[in-house]
Order: sequence, then C-alpha cells, then structure tokens
Amino acid sequence: MLIQLQVAITHLTGRRRQTVVSLTGVVLGVAFFLAVSSLMRGSEKDFIKRLVDNSPHITVSDDYRFARVQPAELRWADGAVKISRVKPQLETRGIRGYRQKLEFVESLPGLKAAPVLLGSAVLVFAGREEGVTLSGIVPAKMKTVSTIQQKMVEGSLDALTANPNGIVIGKGLAQKFNLRLGSTVSVVASQGASRPMKVVGLFRTGNSNYDETQTFTVLKRAQAMFDRPNRANRFVIQIDDPYAAREVARRIEAAVGYKAVSWIEASEDVLSVLLVRNLIMYSVVSAILIVASFGIYNTLSTIVLEKTRDIAILKSMGFHARDVRLIFLFEGGIIGLAGSFFGLGLGVCFMQLLSQIQLKPPGVSEKVFLPVWWGPEQFAIAAAFAMGSCLLAAYLPARRAGRVHPVEILRGAA
Amino acid sequence: MTAVLRAENLVRVLPGEVPVTLVDGVSLAIDPGEFICIMGPSGSGKSSLLYLLGLLDVPTSGRVWVDGEDTSSYGEDLLANRRLEKLGFVFQFHFLLAEFSVLDNIVLPMRRLGRLDAASAQARGMELLARLGVAEQSAKHPHQLSGGQRQRVAIARALANDPLIVLADEPTGNLDSKSGGTVRQILQDLAHQMGKTVVAVTHDASFAAAADRRIGIVDGKINADWRPG
Repeated sequence: MLIQLQVAITHLTGRRRQTVVSLTGVVLGVAFFLAVSSLMRGSEKDFIKRLVDNSPHITVSDDYRFARVQPAELRWADGAVKISRVKPQLETRGIRGYRQKLEFVESLPGLKAAPVLLGSAVLVFAGREEGVTLSGIVPAKMKTVSTIQQKMVEGSLDALTANPNGIVIGKGLAQKFNLRLGSTVSVVASQGASRPMKVVGLFRTGNSNYDETQTFTVLKRAQAMFDRPNRANRFVIQIDDPYAAREVARRIEAAVGYKAVSWIEASEDVLSVLLVRNLIMYSVVSAILIVASFGIYNTLSTIVLEKTRDIAILKSMGFHARDVRLIFLFEGGIIGLAGSFFGLGLGVCFMQLLSQIQLKPPGVSEKVFLPVWWGPEQFAIAAAFAMGSCLLAAYLPARRAGRVHPVEILRGAA
Repeated sequence: MTAVLRAENLVRVLPGEVPVTLVDGVSLAIDPGEFICIMGPSGSGKSSLLYLLGLLDVPTSGRVWVDGEDTSSYGEDLLANRRLEKLGFVFQFHFLLAEFSVLDNIVLPMRRLGRLDAASAQARGMELLARLGVAEQSAKHPHQLSGGQRQRVAIARALANDPLIVLADEPTGNLDSKSGGTVRQILQDLAHQMGKTVVAVTHDASFAAAADRRIGIVDGKINADWRPG
C-alpha cells in the first residue's frame, strides 16, 4: 500500500466520528440523487413509452403543411403578384388516391400503415346523446399499427369485419351509457346520416378521455356515413424504430404531399418540458451532494489544522509537499469512494421501495406503480458526481497542507 | 578528512517590518563520526542554525554542503530527498505521530524512501527498537510510553533510513536526568560506535560535556569552537 494512502486511512480512522458524519452526508446525497433521478427518468421514459405505444408514430392527414402556391406566383417568382378572388377548389375532403399513396408508404422498409377515416359523430342511446370521434378502420391493418387490440376487454376488432354495422367503444363510454356487448346504439354522423350500430367490442386504455370519446367501425361504413366514398383522411403509421419517426415522416411528406406529423413533432412541447424538468431535478439533487461536500471540506480542514505539526514532522522526515497533498486528496477520495459505494446501495433500497408504491394519477382509470428506471448511467453519474465533489472539497485543505513550512511549525511547537 | 557537513557564511534573516537576523555569517565544517554540541543562550540562533544545516530551512545567503553536495541551488523536492536519504532528526518534543504505532512511526520514513519492502522495513524497525531497548513497545502508541521511551523511539525513527548525520534539537530538554543521561549515551554511541555524525543543540552542560566538539553561539554568530581534552 502506498504510504500516503496508509497515512490517509490512519487519519480517517483516527477521527472516526467526524469521518462517519462526512461519510453519511455523501451516502445520503448519493442515495437521494439516485432515487430522485431514477424516479424522474423512469417517469420520463414511461411517459415517452406511453406516447410511443398509444399514439401513432407518424400520422399522415389530409392537410398541407404550407398553403399551396398559386401558379401566378410560380410564373413571376420575383414579381409583385396580387391575386384576388381566389376560391378554394370544392372537393371532398380526404387523401386523394389514398390507396396508391398507402401502397407507396407500405413499400417503405420497417413500417406498417393503416388507413383511417376519422370524423365526428353523436352517439344516441336511451334519450342520451354524446359527441364522439368515429374512426373508420380496416381491422386487420389497424391491429398492426395500434395497441387497441391488446386493450380490448370484451369482443374484438375482428368482429367489425364480420359485422359491418358493428361499433367498438371504450369502457368509459359504455359505463356512461350503461351499454354492454351486443347493445345497439344509434350513431349520427356529422353529415346527418344515422344508423343503428351494435356494440361488438369494448376497450380500456386507462386514459379516461380516450375511453369515453373514441369509437371504431369499419372503413366502408364510415365512408358511407360521412359521405366520402373511397376516401381516408388519415394514415396511421408504426415504425420499427420510433426515434427515427421525424426523418421517416419527412420522407413520407415529401413523397405524398400531405402533412406527415411524427410523434416527436406532435409532442415537442411536452418533450421540452421534460428537458427542463430534468435540468431542475439534477440541480436540486446535485445541491444535496454539494452540501455534503462542504461537510467533507470542513472535516479535512479540521484535520489539516489539527495535524499541522504532524505534517511538519512528515516534511522534516523528507516527505514532499505533493506527498502531503496526496494524503489529503486520498482522504477526500476514500470518503467519496466509500460514500458512493454505500450511497448506491442505499439508493437501490430507496428505488426498490419506490417501485413498490402504487398511485392513481388524475385522468388514469387504474392504479399504476411508480415508474423507476434502473439504467446504469445514473449510477455512474451519482458516483462520479460524489467523487468529484469529494476531491474538490479535499483539494483546498490538501493545498494548504502542502504549503505548511516545517520550521515555522517546529519552532512554534518547541 | 572530507567534511560530511559544511556551512559557508550562512545568514538567515527573518523578513518583516523589522528584519530579524537569526544566523549571522556562520561557517563550519563537521567531520564524519563527530559528536558535536551547539550551545548558547535562548534566542542565540542554535536551532535556526540546526534547521539550516538540516536543510529544513533555506539560508538568506551562504551555502550548505551535505556529504560533499552543494545544496544551495536545490529546490524543495531535492532538499526533501536529501533529508530523507542522509539526515535524521530528533526534536525536544518527541514529535511521534499519535495515530501510528511505535513500529509504524519508524517504518514511515523507510516506506517513503522505498528502498526496503514492507516486511524488510518492519524487520529493520524492530531491529532499531531492540537496539534502543524499546522493542517491547513496538505495538503501542506513543501516548502509552514514558518520555524517555518516546525519545528513544524518536531516535530510532531518525535512524530508520541509515542517515549519515543525526541532528538533535534539545533532545534531553524535556526529560528527567536519568532518561536524559540514557539519550545522551545513545547519541554518543551513535557517533562513536556506529560512525554517525551527531549534531545536537543543547542547554544542558552535562550533555555537552560528552561531546567531542562544542560550538558556542551568541547572537547568531559562533563565538567558540573547541574540542575538550
């Protein structure tokens, strides 16, 4: 063992109480850092996972990102063109030639797509009315791009294929109307078409709003009710790598002309809030470790003051100033290392406890466990931060110790 | 005979609003194996001269040669190396490290020098303690020893790296006459039997009587240098 390390260990074990106090500060700092970080990162990852799983990775809608440029503006690009009395072309809303465009999208590697015709409707039952969103889908394709099939609690999406007048509704809506599988409700489309439909499936996603407002029927039935034959106004796309959604959406939009919005673009505001939240979280938990490092600074400064004579003796024996500095840096390092080790252990216990806690957040119909993330980076960050702050706290006392002039101390001591 | 320790025109001035001259133009040469006592009244500059000769302090002007090496151009690290290799110190207060055992106190300088492995250093430490009659105390801590025992351990530590020169600053100043006599005898034996050069600062006339050479110092200057008998 290095002699400097041995001296450092002897100093620390010789002042057991102060060492334990300093160590406790670092242990608690690391443990809280880890617990809070795992919870924050866990909730962030859980949120993004829900976002990715429960919403389309890319949605192509029958909108354009920018207003279409008038031919006159193209002809005289550098001129001052005034166009008046422009009337929008009257046409049935929806994606034109959606089958060809869908075929193109499906030909791209690593993705699955499904057409949807989405519109507003009113559900009428036993004298009650409720506005809902009615999505016309192709069940076989929809199952490949959404998790709705896994969320079915009764019936199935396939029942829609067997029964073109069938409708799949959320459990929340069913409870509101006291509907059951097999009940018949009247559905009135925004265009006025009305049709009795049989409930052939019930789903529950856990999102109250979604469960009370979303309904599904087959695409052809929706086309008839919304009076848009051969039209779809959405492509719902799932891709193998959700984080490539922005780039894939850009390519699809460039090819089909319609606006393609990735989940990242749609959730930009939320993702930026998460970033700010992470910054706040790391600032707060880092403060714990910084406060702990003051404890270490205090302990080591006291040791330097108390051991000034010993430092002078060591120097008189032939120890260099850097040996003395190293002794005190070792002391900071030992506290940092031991603090990280025990702090990570305690942090894991905190994480275990947190992961057992169940909560029912507002807007969610079921209790959920606190999402705790077990990623290795946060363990490394907590340990590195603890080591860094301990060494920094040790540096100033170490520097002061290195500057001790033996003669001044020996003369004073004598 | 080549001097093992030589000083030429050493001056040490403490800077300040009123500079204080501690050592004022001291020149001397000390031969190997000599047992020398530096004597003088309090504040005469004895300890300051010892610190300069022991490379613990740097002279304002003048030079010190240790084992023929001119140390005047040496930086802090080189001076520390020479202290480690060639010099051993004994102070009035034993200045043992309280948290370390007696044996560990002796092993420390050997471990820093790094010539011996841990086991050999321990063996040499035990041998030194045995030679000084405190081997039984090796596992104890300094506070468990008597004053005389502590000073013997301090001498053992000074001898750890087998130095050429042992410098002692009032080594018996804090001891009763019996323990003081023992320490004096040990230092005398170091010079006469082991061939070490021993330079001791003392007030004690009986201690000085045992020396081969006595140097008197007043106001930072040598006023007497003689070899009795």
